[in-house]
Amino acid sequence: MALQSLDIKQRSATTTPAPSVRKTVEVAKLIDVSTCIGCKACQAACMEWNDIRDEVGRNYGVYDNPMDLTDKSWTVMRYAEVEEKGRLEWLIRKDGCMHCLEPGCLKACPAPGAIVQYANGIVDFHEEHCIGCGYCITGCPFNIPRISKEDGKAYKCSLCSDRVAVGQAPACAKACPTGAIQFGTKEDMQDYAAKRIGDLKERGFDKAGLYDPAGVGGTHVMYVLHHADRPQLYSGLPADPGISPLVSLWKGFAKPLASLALGAVALGSLFHYVMKGPNEVSKETEKEVEKEGSQ
Amino acid sequence: MIRDPKDLQRYTPQERANHWVVGISFILLALSGLAFFHPAFYPLSQLFGGGTWARILHPYIGVFMAFFFVLMFLRFRKLNVMTKTDKEWLSRIGEMVDGDDHNMPEQGKYNGGQKAMFWASVVCMLLLLVSGALIWRAQFSPPIGLVRFAAVVHAVAAVAMIALIVIHAYAAIWVKGTIRAMWYGTVTRAWARQHHRAWYREMTGK
Ligand code: HEM
Ligand code: SF4
Ligand code: SF4
Repeated sequence: MALQSLDIKQRSATTTPAPSVRKTVEVAKLIDVSTCIGCKACQAACMEWNDIRDEVGRNYGVYDNPMDLTDKSWTVMRYAEVEEKGRLEWLIRKDGCMHCLEPGCLKACPAPGAIVQYANGIVDFHEEHCIGCGYCITGCPFNIPRISKEDGKAYKCSLCSDRVAVGQAPACAKACPTGAIQFGTKEDMQDYAAKRIGDLKERGFDKAGLYDPAGVGGTHVMYVLHHADRPQLYSGLPADPGISPLVSLWKGFAKPLASLALGAVALGSLFHYVMKGPNEVSKETEKEVEKEGSQ
Repeated sequence: MIRDPKDLQRYTPQERANHWVVGISFILLALSGLAFFHPAFYPLSQLFGGGTWARILHPYIGVFMAFFFVLMFLRFRKLNVMTKTDKEWLSRIGEMVDGDDHNMPEQGKYNGGQKAMFWASVVCMLLLLVSGALIWRAQFSPPIGLVRFAAVVHAVAAVAMIALIVIHAYAAIWVKGTIRAMWYGTVTRAWARQHHRAWYREMTGK
């Protein structure tokens, strides 16, 4: 959200390299869905730390509240009731930005510096450069960014980049009473996840696994899932997310080529004029018209 | 202003005004649109008061232009029906581009190239309007797949249309005595006889 002392690895709508001499270790947040009790302490901590208060909405008779992410609710708990082997399972997933290694939002954004990726992997929106076009929504494979109706800027989870910059864990991780949200280096989180998955497998969840989808290069928010073979069970978590081919086409190599083609059309016209000369009315025609006029 | 009473009337003041409204809107749309198209063009957004203003204004200018384009379409559509001679003219467009138009087939008010340009503009405009509305996040939120598809369509149609209009404007500059048709509404008889012989005959009876 705000500028701070983190090295930048990638910057939206910027064609020159980002400063990349300093190296930082990649961080990650690990959400262990199997130990989440759905208490929403993380949701409250997010509001508190970031000083955002969403409108008090309606209760729709389900635990989900608010029902969806908004410009002021950067994380929401999604509750799915699923029947597995004749038993009811309550799958509760903390939804929010996944901090993709290859972020579709950043790829799509046309405003220089409105979206940055820090060297530690966090993808952050810098709203002061945001123009409010919503291209980030079009580019994101997880349907995360939301445009504010108040200021027309895009907002989403910052992974508490301001806290991480000073060596603190994100507010949600700090608040979680069961330790379902862990934060550390990506490597440590993968190791920790492996232990949790081993434990789950022993308890009969033989399809337990880590959600760190390769389609977006891996993410800096990962889930431990009991049913890693079917992420869709968790309120529609995409099984194989990736930047849509349409977005790659739209933002790919065709654009510089098209820009060059436009330049070629303009220059081609100029040189046509220079080489062929203007297309004047010929003296002959002028004379003929005069003749016809006097008849 | 009447320069020479023998000049031929090609456009009424209403037609000229309509064309200018569309033309100016188009330039504004191309400049603001290109700002989002590629970072190399982002500085163009400064012409509109910054990126946010360019983003806000572009779609409204688009809707405004679309309205006047429809009026222009209704005015000119009948004159742009393709005929067999037009197709022949188009098949020999190389000679015209080469600067030697003396043996080109006789043309009415518009030649095959102008008619092709007219219909290509109509198609691009329609694509731009529909896709533009679909990617207008400030107003609508259609299904994501549709938005992604529309983003591609809008970018492709915009590039095609900008290229078409550059050629359109260049053709008017290249063929001397044409631009005045958009200022005074008239052209000289000699101009008409050389470039649009059939129309010349129809207008003068010669
Ligand atoms: C006909 C009505 C039109 C509408 C409703 C429209 C709407 C839009 C919208 C909503 C955007 C996204 C940026 C924003 O939110 O402001 C956009 C982008 C764009 N528009 Fe239009 N537009 C129209 C016509 C045109 C025309 C005539 C041109 C070309 C001369 C054009 C060129 C572009 C370009 C190049 C982009 C950037 C596309 C990209 O990012 O790849 N638009 N337009
Ligand atoms: S989840 Fe969406 S908003 Fe978050 S980094 Fe990935 S593409 Fe961007
Ligand atoms: S809404 Fe803002 S952050 Fe999102 S793509 Fe547009 S300029 Fe970038």
